Amino acid sequence: MTTSQHGFLGGLPPAHRDRLTAFAQEVEISAGARIFEEGGAADRFWIIRSGGAALDVHVPGRPPPVVETLGEGDLLGWSWLFEPYRWHLGAQARGRLRADEFDASRVRAACGQDPAFGLAVTGAVAAVIARRLKATRTRLLDLYGPPGGGAGGGDG
Amino acid sequence: MTTPHAVAHSAALPVPHRVVTRAAEAPGVATIVLEPVRSALPPFVPGQFAMVYAFGVGDIPLSVSGIDGDRLTHTVRSVGAVSAALQGLEAGATVGVRGPFGTGWGLPAAAGRDLLVVAGGIGLAPLRPLVRAALAAPGEYGRLNVLIGSRTPQDLLYAPETRGWAPRARVLVTVDRPDGRWRGDVGVVTALLDRAAFDPGTAAAFVCGPEPMIRATAAELVHRGADPGRIMVSLERTMHCATGHCGHCQLGPLLLCRDGPVVSWTTAEPLLLVREL
Repeated sequence: MTTSQHGFLGGLPPAHRDRLTAFAQEVEISAGARIFEEGGAADRFWIIRSGGAALDVHVPGRPPPVVETLGEGDLLGWSWLFEPYRWHLGAQARGRLRADEFDASRVRAACGQDPAFGLAVTGAVAAVIARRLKATRTRLLDLYGPPGGGAGGGDG
Repeated sequence: MTTPHAVAHSAALPVPHRVVTRAAEAPGVATIVLEPVRSALPPFVPGQFAMVYAFGVGDIPLSVSGIDGDRLTHTVRSVGAVSAALQGLEAGATVGVRGPFGTGWGLPAAAGRDLLVVAGGIGLAPLRPLVRAALAAPGEYGRLNVLIGSRTPQDLLYAPETRGWAPRARVLVTVDRPDGRWRGDVGVVTALLDRAAFDPGTAAAFVCGPEPMIRATAAELVHRGADPGRIMVSLERTMHCATGHCGHCQLGPLLLCRDGPVVSWTTAEPLLLVREL
């Protein structure tokens, strides 16, 4: 597996990674449990150890559509780092989820006290946001929709 | 004829084939199995394509999505007049076939290495024979990973077959637009790389799908330490003659019907970044 190298923690230098994980508390979230709700206080975040989570959006009158799923090594939640510290999406556990849970206020305080640590954490979170933004833009292209020509099976 | 641009008989003249079976795969997508009416074409290898002629309508390039002796399998999506005609064929109908054309995936060169197969949308079609060949040679290759991205769950190709690969391969599937019943992954196919089992430094990758998806996948693999020369991608340009004469499929110095469609990322990357191409 390449997870350990390329998960969220892989984006942090070892010293800062160790410092961040010192704040972690391992938790287990039961299958189907709501982890957070859109608009709620973003007072925690998680790094997934095993299992998965689905990010969804509240749409009145129908079940919340899933916009992305996260898995092992992924950062669950970034709204805790930016004001107003409110979740932009909802999240639900897919199957039993084990994760490292972090108290957002403690991590933010540590970031404020140690600018090098704060820069490293902010950079790693920004990289996650950038990757998800790029993925979202790619999906906006609807790449798998009806295409042009070539050898893949079309003559449009 | 022995000149470099000589055109073999099978490349110039459509050889009659009969539709043996037709199976609907997804909305607007069908898989047809063809067998020669009389003489067979030279053997195809995974990654190559044929020019399939709907009589009276025209011909289009179609990758082989299955190879079984003289029988050829093609998966076609209806996006124009010819593909609509081919996609709608029923068993017993006759088509003309020219080929084989182009380069293959070169699977044998990946012996001993972890295999990473990354497919987007109908890009799974040309990769299916490669997966089948790898599964048919246990012990020949390292860990086999098949990563599939699809628009919706309904658009997934070969769903029963891909589920059957799972015990022998790590099969990961993600969709862009889930329905209420979908319990699998949602997102871009590159997000699945984290859960694939492969050694980036030595693995061989085979990628087919829309070009932005190919670029994103190859870039991510290189970022993880993959050798660009071992990332094979299948490129699409408008193919017409399939014999390297008409130039419709030119991509810089390449004529993709002849020099492709499968090329290494070392070859493809500098060409795909040139907007004029």
